[in-house]
Amino acid sequence: MPKETGWRISLIAVFVALSFLYLTPTLSSKLPSWWGSLLPKDKIHLGLDLQGGTHLVMEVDTQKAVEGSLDLVATDLEDTLNSKQLRFKHIARNGSDKVSLVLYEKGTADAVQKLIKDKYPSYEQSPTFDEGGFVAMTLRVNEKDAQDRKDKAVQQALETIRNRIDQFGVSEPTIQREGINHIVVQLPGIKDPQRAIDLIGRTARLDFKMVREDISPTSGNIPEDAELLKEKSVDSKTGAVTEIPIVVQKKSMITGDLLTDAQVRIDSQFNQPYVGIEFNSLGAKLFDQVTAANVGKRFAIVLDNNIHSAPVIRERISGGSAQISGNFTEKTAADLAIVLRAGALPAPVKIIQNVTVGPSLGQDSINKGLYAGLIGVLLVVVFMAVYYKLSGMIANLGMVLNILFLMGSLAALGATLTLPGIAAIVLLVGMSVDSNVIIFERIREELKLGKSPKSALDAGYDKAFLTIMDSHITTLITAAVLFQFGTGPVKGFAVSLSLGVIINLFTSLIGTKVTFDLFLHKGTVKKMSI
Amino acid sequence: MELLGKTRIDFIGKRNISFIISAIISIIGIIGVIQVGRGAANMGIDFSGGTSMQLKFSKPISIADARTALHKNGIAKADLQEIKDGNKLLVKMAGAAVGKPSEMVQTAFKKEFADNAFTVESSTEIGPSIGDKLRKDTMVAAFLSLLGIIMYIAWRFDFKFGVGATLATMHDCLAMFAVFYLMNKEINLLFITAVLTIAGYSLTDTVVVFDRIRENLHKNLKGSMKTIFNDSINEVLSRTIVTSLTVFLAAVSLFLFGGEVIHDFSLALLVGVIVGTYSSVFVASPIVVILEDRALAKETKTA
Repeated sequence: MPKETGWRISLIAVFVALSFLYLTPTLSSKLPSWWGSLLPKDKIHLGLDLQGGTHLVMEVDTQKAVEGSLDLVATDLEDTLNSKQLRFKHIARNGSDKVSLVLYEKGTADAVQKLIKDKYPSYEQSPTFDEGGFVAMTLRVNEKDAQDRKDKAVQQALETIRNRIDQFGVSEPTIQREGINHIVVQLPGIKDPQRAIDLIGRTARLDFKMVREDISPTSGNIPEDAELLKEKSVDSKTGAVTEIPIVVQKKSMITGDLLTDAQVRIDSQFNQPYVGIEFNSLGAKLFDQVTAANVGKRFAIVLDNNIHSAPVIRERISGGSAQISGNFTEKTAADLAIVLRAGALPAPVKIIQNVTVGPSLGQDSINKGLYAGLIGVLLVVVFMAVYYKLSGMIANLGMVLNILFLMGSLAALGATLTLPGIAAIVLLVGMSVDSNVIIFERIREELKLGKSPKSALDAGYDKAFLTIMDSHITTLITAAVLFQFGTGPVKGFAVSLSLGVIINLFTSLIGTKVTFDLFLHKGTVKKMSI
Repeated sequence: MELLGKTRIDFIGKRNISFIISAIISIIGIIGVIQVGRGAANMGIDFSGGTSMQLKFSKPISIADARTALHKNGIAKADLQEIKDGNKLLVKMAGAAVGKPSEMVQTAFKKEFADNAFTVESSTEIGPSIGDKLRKDTMVAAFLSLLGIIMYIAWRFDFKFGVGATLATMHDCLAMFAVFYLMNKEINLLFITAVLTIAGYSLTDTVVVFDRIRENLHKNLKGSMKTIFNDSINEVLSRTIVTSLTVFLAAVSLFLFGGEVIHDFSLALLVGVIVGTYSSVFVASPIVVILEDRALAKETKTA
C-alpha cells in the first residue's frame, strides 16, 4: 500500500472515531459514569421547531425607564425642598427628558439652583423664567445619561427576566440581549406558554398607596397629587369582572423594591392562597411608621397601576411582614410571588415576536424529517449502485461518511438542529454524491480513451478537482451569508449546509479516492466497475 | 449503466426558443418580485407582521364554518387554509398586533365549536417592526450572496463567463419567484432561504459546463464558437443530468414525506434544481456564445 494511502486511511479512521466520540452524548440518554470530564459532553440540540417551545422577542420601552428616573428626581427634589423649607408651587416631570420646577420667589429660586447644581451636577439647568407671575425653571437630563439609563434598563430587564424564568423552572432557557433594546427569550419544551409569557412580560411594579377617602371617584375633579385607579375583582362563581374606581395618593408610601421575599401561603381559615411578603429593614421601618400613623384608614396595594386590594389598616404592623390576599388561584398566587421576588422590570416590555410550537408538532416534524431523509438516502443509494455499480457503492460509502462527519461536527459545536437543518442534511445527501458523479464521468471518459483503470482514476480526480472546488465554494458563499443574516430555523439550515459542504469536499476528494486506491494500487485490476 | 450515449444535440442553435421561454419566465418572476416588494404578493407573516396559527381539531372542520365563526366574533380579515391530514387548520392574520389576535381566535373557536376540541400546534406572532427588519436583512443577504457569487465566478472565469453565470443564476431565482407567484404560494423566510440555496447550488451545473468549454477552447482553436460550445455541453450532458438527478431525488423525498412545515420549502428547491439544470445548458452557455461572437466580430473589424 502506498504511504500516502496509509495516512489518508488513518486520517479518515481518526475522524470516524472522533465523530462517534462526539456523537455519544447525543445518542445515549445517560452517559456512563466512567465518561470522564475530558470527554466531550456537548450534544446536538434540537431547535424549538423540533422539540416544541416558545421563542420570544421583547422590546424594552427604554424611554419609560428615563421617565421613571426623572419621576424619582422630581420626588426627591420635593422632599429635599420641603426639608429645607424652601417653598415651591409645583415640581414634576415635564415631557420625556425634563423636570420642571415652579417656585414662588426669585430668592428661593437662587437657593434651589445652587442646591440642584450640587445634587444633580450632570443635569442641564435652564435659567429661570417667568411663568404667570411665578419663577420657573427646568432641569434637563443630558443625552449621555439618558442613554446610560436606557442601556442599564435593558440590562436590568434581562436580569429580572432571567430570575423570573429560573424561578418558574424551565430547563435550558436562552435569554439574550439583541440589538439596542431587544431581549430574546427561548423556552424549550414549555407546556403552558401563555402563563410563561404573562409572567415574563409583567412589569410587576408594586406600590402601597394611601386611599383618599375625601375625594369621590365620580367627581371628575382629581387634585394633582392624587390619581384614579381601579380595583378589579372577579366573581369566582360567575366569572363576571367588576371594576371599582378608587382615588389614591399619587405618591407611594412604600414600593416593591423594598421587598426581600414573597411566598405563597394558604389561609388556614378559608383555605385560600395568598402571598406573604417580607420587607427589608428600611421597608419594615417605613411600613411600621405608615401603619402606625394611619390606623383605621385604607391603603391600596397597587400592582402595575391596578389596585389589587385596598384593606383597612386595623393596627400598627411592625416586624416587616405583610400579606397580599385576593382572588387567587394557587397558580396566580405562585406567579405573583415569583415576579415580586424577582423584582419589577425597570421599564415595561412589549412582546414583538412570539413563535410557539407545540410538542406534538415538533415530534411530528422530527419523524417526518427523518423519514424523508431515509427515503432520500435510499433513492440516492439505489440510483448510484445501479448507475455506477461498485464505484457507485464507494460514492455511497463516501456519503455515509459525510453524514457521520456532519453529525459529529454538529455535536462537537453543540449546534442546534432545526427542521430546515434536517432538510439541508437531506439535500446534502444528494449533493455529496455529485462530486463523485463528476469524477466518475471523467473517469469513464478517460477509460474510453483507452487508459488503464489506475491512470484513468488519477486523471479523473485531478481534472475534476477544480470543478468540484468551484461548485462547492459558490454554495459556501450563500451558506455563509445565510448564516450571518438568518435567525432560528434558517440559521440551523445555514450551519448544516456550510459544514456539510466543507466536509463533502474532504470525503469526495480524499475519502472515496482512498477506497479506490486500495483496490487499484497494485495496477492488476483490468476492468473497473463504473 | 449509461443514461445517455453520445449525444449531438444543437443546444446553442435552439437559443431563440430557449431565450423566449426564459424571458417569459423571468418577466413573470420580475412581476413576482415587484409584487413582493410592494407587499402585494402572498407574504408570510415573518415579513408582513401578524399572527399565524396552526390548530388541530378533533373532528373535521370546514373552512366556511371556521370563517363564519371568526366573523361572528369580530375577526373580519383572516386567511384560512386546510391541511389535508388530521383536521388541521391554518389561520393567518396579516399586520395584526402581537398578543390579542391569537387569544381572540381561540375564544371564537371555543365558543362556536364547543363539541370540537382543538389544540394549538403552533402559533407565530410577529410585530411589524420585526417584519421590517427581517425584510431589510433579507434584501441585504440576497444582495451579498449574489455579489459574492458573481465576484467568485468573474475571478475564476473571464468576464463573459461571469456574465453568463450571473444571468443564469438570476434566471433561476426569478423562475422560483415566478412559480410561487403563479401558484400564490406564501413568500416567507424559508422560501428566500431556498432561493439563496439554489443560487449557490445551481452554479454547480453551470461550472461543470463552463469548465469543459474552457478546456475545449484551449485545446481547439479552429472550430466555431458554436461547435465548441455544443460539443462541450454534449460531452458533459450526462453528468449535468445525473448530478441534478441525485439532488432532485433528495428534494423529492423532502417534498413528499417531509411534512407540511417544509412542504413549500421543498417545492421551491425542486423548482430550483430543475430550472438550474435547464439554465446551465440553455441560458448560461448561449449568452457566453453571443458575447464571444460579438467580441470576435469586433476584433476582426478592427484588424
